[in-house]
Amino acid sequence: MLEARDAADLAQIVADAAAQGRKLELRGGGTRAEFGAPREAEVVSLAGLTGVVDYDPAELVLTVRAGTPLAEVQALVAAEGQMLAFEPWGDPGATIGGTVAAGVAGSRRVTAGSARDHLLGLTAVSGRGEVFVAGAKVVKNVTGYDLPKLMAGSWGRLGAMTELTLKVLPAPRLTVTLTAEGLAPEAAHALMAAALGSNADVSAAAHLARGITLLRVSGFAPSVEARCAALPKRLAAHGKLSRIDEAEAAPMWHEAMTGRAIKGAYKWRIHLPPRLAPYFIDICGTDDWAMDWGGGRLWLGFDGPLRTPRKLAEADGGEAFLVQAPPEFRAQVPAFQRRSPGVAALEARVRRAFDPRDVFATGRFAEDADADAVSA
Amino acid sequence: MTIAMPVPDADVLAKRERIARALRAIVPGEGVIDAPEALRPWESDGLTAYRQPPLLVVLPETTAQVSAVLAWCHAEGVKVVPRGAGTSLSGGALPLADAVLLGLGKFKRVLEVDYEDRAAVVQPGVTNLAITQAVEARGFYYAPDPSSQIACTIGGNVAENSGGVHCLKYGLTTNNVLGVEIVMMDGEVVRLGGRHLDPGGLDLLGVVVGSEGLLGVVTEVTVRILPKPETARAVLVGFPDAEQAGACVAQVIAEGIIPAGMEMMDRPAIHAAEAFVQVGYPLDVGALLIVEVDGPAAECDFLIGEIARIADANGAVTSRVSENEAERMAFWAGRKAAFPAVGRISPDYLCMDGTIPRRRLPDVLRRMEELSGEYGLRVANVFHAGDGNLHPLILYDANVPGDLDKAEAFGADILRLCVAVGGVLTGEHGVGIEKRDLMPEMFSEVDLKQQQRVKCAFDPELLLNPGKVFPVLHRCAELGRMHVHHGALPHPELPRF
Repeated sequence: MLEARDAADLAQIVADAAAQGRKLELRGGGTRAEFGAPREAEVVSLAGLTGVVDYDPAELVLTVRAGTPLAEVQALVAAEGQMLAFEPWGDPGATIGGTVAAGVAGSRRVTAGSARDHLLGLTAVSGRGEVFVAGAKVVKNVTGYDLPKLMAGSWGRLGAMTELTLKVLPAPRLTVTLTAEGLAPEAAHALMAAALGSNADVSAAAHLARGITLLRVSGFAPSVEARCAALPKRLAAHGKLSRIDEAEAAPMWHEAMTGRAIKGAYKWRIHLPPRLAPYFIDICGTDDWAMDWGGGRLWLGFDGPLRTPRKLAEADGGEAFLVQAPPEFRAQVPAFQRRSPGVAALEARVRRAFDPRDVFATGRFAEDADADAVSA
Repeated sequence: MTIAMPVPDADVLAKRERIARALRAIVPGEGVIDAPEALRPWESDGLTAYRQPPLLVVLPETTAQVSAVLAWCHAEGVKVVPRGAGTSLSGGALPLADAVLLGLGKFKRVLEVDYEDRAAVVQPGVTNLAITQAVEARGFYYAPDPSSQIACTIGGNVAENSGGVHCLKYGLTTNNVLGVEIVMMDGEVVRLGGRHLDPGGLDLLGVVVGSEGLLGVVTEVTVRILPKPETARAVLVGFPDAEQAGACVAQVIAEGIIPAGMEMMDRPAIHAAEAFVQVGYPLDVGALLIVEVDGPAAECDFLIGEIARIADANGAVTSRVSENEAERMAFWAGRKAAFPAVGRISPDYLCMDGTIPRRRLPDVLRRMEELSGEYGLRVANVFHAGDGNLHPLILYDANVPGDLDKAEAFGADILRLCVAVGGVLTGEHGVGIEKRDLMPEMFSEVDLKQQQRVKCAFDPELLLNPGKVFPVLHRCAELGRMHVHHGALPHPELPRF
């Protein structure tokens, strides 16, 4: 494994690989290495690029090196009463760069936006072995193309982010969870839709297979109390809401957000129009699932190599990601859904705009292999 | 006029009649405008200092027509400039003498609203405000609210990644769009994003939003709609100077409050606005803040109290809380009239749009005052204080020879200053032609070439909206080269930046 010391060093490593036709896999903490097809590529670790470059809480902006552990970043901003509002999560060792490159977001995503929405600027090394910057270090900017959007969630296919500037926001002073029990998926979706569509500022909504619906209300205490008093009446037609202790709620939110409690060895994450979630659950016929984002994110587990989630998403709308499965299944079934031919060709051209020699096309994602077919 | 547009292609100018005939075959009836006097209304956008009648105008009504127009122009090597409502303040829709101006004004339908899952599918010519009007009866709205929202279209908002006074809390266009249908320069129709959050693959939607019409023509947009806040209240606070007002803003945010809007005006802007609309702004203060909170009533009441307390602690000399909707609207009336109000006290003005780290505001205002003296031009400032987005209005008289050049030079100095203190050239108006030649202040040659390679992935012949955003458009073949010789890069010993 190669270890990059700084951006210039990494640029040299990539330029050498480009010149010699070698492949490189970029790695932060390596906590999501099992996403995508099994592959053999030389790994470049960015875990050594650590440290805070600049953090001025009043500016709502944090600049940090890519290899800084996510947990450290979260502790840093929490100490100032702030948060990364997209609620990133990961195993111990996950880095901020890897987390953003994987486009990870938590339950608050449904109202606060995803990693892409909070990545303001970056320094990166492209597949050309060039160090470039994009975006900026202020919260409001439209100067030039929004390349940070492209880099967030790109899984290291375009380049290696070495430094990230993220938007930070004040953490809520008080968070309360309201729950309803015993609802079927359809009724749970209706309750969550009514809650998220109400003007009571519900910031997250999830539903677990064991029939527990979770609504999160957060903010300043007087506001939270008033909303928690009003919501049960306003949503009475959909279910009976009661307030539970945060110590009890936290692990359930974690379950909905991470899909961690999914038992099946074949684990899927589906992003879909929320109203489709109950239908997907029904057709898939498993009781191993969890709904987040008001139904807009669905975790599904199976004991066997079924492709039902992918087929459903292709037919009805949404996208099924294969998150976890034995290597032989991941070798056959791509992590991402296939794009339409036009979008696939465009995506391949954009990828080559950053990585013309396919240094980062390790075979982890089927789209990379398609690129040759497209350009041929 | 310091900004030069590309030299028109004589061959294209010569075949103008043939182009008109071909486009009429695609868009029949009144859909093609080519009479010279009829082209006049199309010669400018919101950056009115620059005017250029287009080669001709085409106004398609369907995606199929847009696709056919682009495919034909692509095959013939004819440039195309897309246009929404033409309200761009940066010249993003400025026509070119040798380019077809493609207007999307006939795409005016709201196609579908899904209240349960909070999304609306609209055509690009629907105005920003019309989206809110289409959904407000059910208690929803579309959050980004650029000041031109009664006129500007959602297609233009996507192209420019438009913001508005509420964007610190609710985000820009990019944070509120789920999907688009675009037509690429070769006529191919692609859909990016969808009705769900965070699709996989590369976030092409993210780079199309804010690409200023250089990557594709938007023919359909799916936006998120939000429940309308229960209530909104505002407080109007006067300070002796901008420094104290800035300290107040910083403390509001440090105490964990993200207001729906937080606007600052300096003394010249306050006086111009009050003279125009007479809403009772205090005239003896150096800076005025309007802080608005929205949400549940209990929250607004609590936060207004907190903000008033913070304002007092930072030396506020006047403070008024809106007691009803009419009073809240009156607070805003002056701010919203600031641009036309300045237009009353000066024959012409240029509106700048830099963003700075807020902590640098006092330095920037001080330096701007010095520059104002050096150039002999007055400046009034309105400021989206929450997110550091500064709108200096430079007052000049286009009838005075050399005044526009002076104003532009002054504006360029202000933007250089914004970049020098760690900010950016444009917070919400876009680069367009206006800031095009300043791009190297913010980006290196390597950075700009990387952006242009993305352009090449969408439009390799560089036919779509050329002359905008990039100071130099390199040929795509040249950008694609990696200069690898016999398997080795030249000078392998050198670090590559």
